[in-house]
Amino acid sequence: MINSPFVRKPASVQQVMLQVLLALVPGIAAYVWFFGAGILVQLTLASAAALAGEAAMLAIRGKPKALFLSDLSAIVTAWLIALTFPPIVPWWLTVTATLLAIVVVKQLYGGLGQNPFNPAMAAFCLMIVAYPALMSQWPAAGQLDFSSQLQLIFGGIRQVDAITGATPLDALRTALRAAANPDSQLHGLRASQLMDGPAYGMLGGKGGEWVALGFLLGGLWLLQRRIITWHIPGAFCLALAASAGLLWAVRPEGFASPVFHLASGGAMLGAFFILTDPVSGATTPRGKLLFAAGAGVLTFVIRAFGAYPDGVAFATLLMNLCVPLIDMNTQAPVFGHKKD
Amino acid sequence: MLRKLFKFHGGVKPQTHKAESTTQPIARVPLPERLVIPLHQAVGGHPRPLVAPGDKVFKGQRIGGADGSLSSAVHASTSGIVRDVAPALMPHTSGLTTLSVIIEPDGEDRWGELDKVNYRTTPPDELRDFLRDAGVVGLGGAVFPSYAKLKPGKEGRLKTLVINGAECEPFITCDDLLMRERADDMLKGIVAMRHMLQAEEVLIGIEDNKPEAVAAVQAAIAASGQSGIQAVAIPTRYPAGGAKQLIRVLTGIEVPHGRRSTDFGVQCFNVGTAYSIYEALEFGRPLISRVVTVAGNVDQPRNYEVLIGTPMDHVVRLSGARPDTDRYIMGGPMMGVRLPAFDVPVVKATNCILVGSPALFPPPPPEMPCIRCGECAKACPADLAPFEMYWFSRSKNFGKAQEYHLFDCIECGCCSFVCPSHIPLVDYFRFSKSEIWARERDKSSSDAARDRFEFKNFRQEREKQEKAEKLAAKAAATREKVAADNQAGTASPAAEAPDTAKPAAPSAEDTKRALIAAAMEKARQQKAQVAPKNTEQLSAETQADIDAIEARRAASAATPPTPDA
Repeated sequence: MINSPFVRKPASVQQVMLQVLLALVPGIAAYVWFFGAGILVQLTLASAAALAGEAAMLAIRGKPKALFLSDLSAIVTAWLIALTFPPIVPWWLTVTATLLAIVVVKQLYGGLGQNPFNPAMAAFCLMIVAYPALMSQWPAAGQLDFSSQLQLIFGGIRQVDAITGATPLDALRTALRAAANPDSQLHGLRASQLMDGPAYGMLGGKGGEWVALGFLLGGLWLLQRRIITWHIPGAFCLALAASAGLLWAVRPEGFASPVFHLASGGAMLGAFFILTDPVSGATTPRGKLLFAAGAGVLTFVIRAFGAYPDGVAFATLLMNLCVPLIDMNTQAPVFGHKKD
Repeated sequence: MLRKLFKFHGGVKPQTHKAESTTQPIARVPLPERLVIPLHQAVGGHPRPLVAPGDKVFKGQRIGGADGSLSSAVHASTSGIVRDVAPALMPHTSGLTTLSVIIEPDGEDRWGELDKVNYRTTPPDELRDFLRDAGVVGLGGAVFPSYAKLKPGKEGRLKTLVINGAECEPFITCDDLLMRERADDMLKGIVAMRHMLQAEEVLIGIEDNKPEAVAAVQAAIAASGQSGIQAVAIPTRYPAGGAKQLIRVLTGIEVPHGRRSTDFGVQCFNVGTAYSIYEALEFGRPLISRVVTVAGNVDQPRNYEVLIGTPMDHVVRLSGARPDTDRYIMGGPMMGVRLPAFDVPVVKATNCILVGSPALFPPPPPEMPCIRCGECAKACPADLAPFEMYWFSRSKNFGKAQEYHLFDCIECGCCSFVCPSHIPLVDYFRFSKSEIWARERDKSSSDAARDRFEFKNFRQEREKQEKAEKLAAKAAATREKVAADNQAGTASPAAEAPDTAKPAAPSAEDTKRALIAAAMEKARQQKAQVAPKNTEQLSAETQADIDAIEARRAASAATPPTPDA
């Protein structure tokens, strides 16, 4: 028996996920333009692995396969994995990471809607701990053509150290630490001077800043489509910029500028696509602000003082842990119980 | 004059479908062959039947008398012969029956003698009794007896009387047409209500998708020369016609769940109710008909003036139901109830007969898991977090669901409407509420049983003790007698002994009894405090919901809806 309401808005999980995927396209286009088509290979690999893993788990769990495979949520996870990993990691690493995300982090917890952690970020953290070297080799913009990228992805022995470097975020931190050392050649140089090299662009890393801009554009579109609300991207960017800005204002020679932080690494992807994952994120308006602000501060702390190239993934997982507590304590007063 | 309007949180904008049924004026319906008039049509006590099979009744004759502190009378909608007073199918999803008076019209449609009253000179208490006996109840759908609401709050006067002409549900246009065609008479009803409530101002809220109605009411106000009455166009957003939402929009006041709006100086009535009050006070005509919209899967959607008790298919026939019709819905598509048959009677709560078909209201796509996207929370006009209540309802963690304010849910359907996972959220909340009601009822009946048991124990104890004391006294007396016989003449100590013992024994017993009584009283009060708010004086629909659930529970071993089955 079907009860009221008898009418429904034409909305579905599939449509939501499809719009998220579409919103990623501008960023991906910039990625291809500056770093080569290798990323497309990674996206395809990850998508195939995600669908295969999801199908297998749905079969084991006795869930309707067509319904859940077509909801596109696995593809979103796959794309976020491909976009946060270095574009030249070997194929088996992408596949393993995606399978871990889908099989362990998502399906073993109960599938769509049940995972307490963001699957893509959990996979990123697992992989960077397991394969720190492979996960830290980033080609500079325009450095590798498509065939050498393919060779790196599918080839056997890698001579990667010679051809790739760290991310601009990583490199700048290393340089800043050197600058603080009186014995170093770089001693006394400011962040702005250190950023004079060919690896850097106007705001962040060369090329990388354009990719970030692409994600920002897509994110704003999601905002306009009301798929996400302003709370998470707003609070994340503000907290990241504020914590970076505070230390930068006090000691500009020791820290990168807030703009650099916003334009580099996974900041934009995190703000609009990763932290906004509704399943693993906070849900109340106030909770979203707290959740994203915490992630912003943690991202900066990990970037500035930690050992990993970027902090978004760890910050996301740490804040995912806090979500039940945040949600429970930020329930808005209901109708008639507000104090205006 | 422009008024500052307030916003309520959430709400949705479904397609309104109102234009179709407003092209033609309200039509009359020919007398049906048979009227089935349920006695229990309003919130409150079950009216007792005043007629028996074979009786001749006149139009407007009382056939069900108000019974209890909150109850409303029921009348014959036309003249004829009472064929039966028996249970008949009621217009409710459950398919349950209710005691109804079945009248065969004689075709004369002759009014009986009607009481008349002058509302300006009659004391309010008598007016209220008059309206109770005229069967005037809220026609917006809640069917709450109007007389009970026509009391000003503690201060003896009201700040704002809100008249609800918002009509936010899609398809329904009965209030719209009533305002267009009968604004003058409706306004006279409003003036009478204002007088009874001593209301400072009157605000008539009408959604701005009904410009004709707004204009008609404004013209009526201007023509009447009344001051302090204003027709206000409010933004069209479902559920702006919810009483609490409308009060919020017009006055900024939020009336919390479980509180009376008169505590905040506001009272709210539907426009149709105002018209019925006018009919009752001006002509003494009780509530025997109402305007009903017939819309949906019909050739000519239209509004009809329908006698209470008319079988629905008799009305729908006039609009021409299409062949693929598979159901009637009473009310709108957002909150309406699917009916168990086509020939159930039109009752006072019937604002719309929505004719449905699989094409018009297709079954929802398969239910997906909740992704916590929060769309439901964004749409909820009660500022609830439906997805949280959903988890708790699903896991039957009803305590937690109540912590998240389950009972503040007005079941407007906005959450189900927007859910991208197609989860029937409102169904989960209805399920939880009825489970909680059932448990509270079980608890109160087991409490009563325990009280009886405890009192029985106490009584048996007491009787035992009394018996023992009696025996002891008897034994003592015997002993004394023996002693007295032995020591003849020295009676003084023996006579004193029982005298000292006697007052001591009852006083100890009295204290104990007082203590027990005090403890029982305390326990009773504690229980009264934790008693549920919502188990008494439920509306007929809610009661039917509960009955239906009870029946289902009895039938199966209480399996909850398992959506992923």
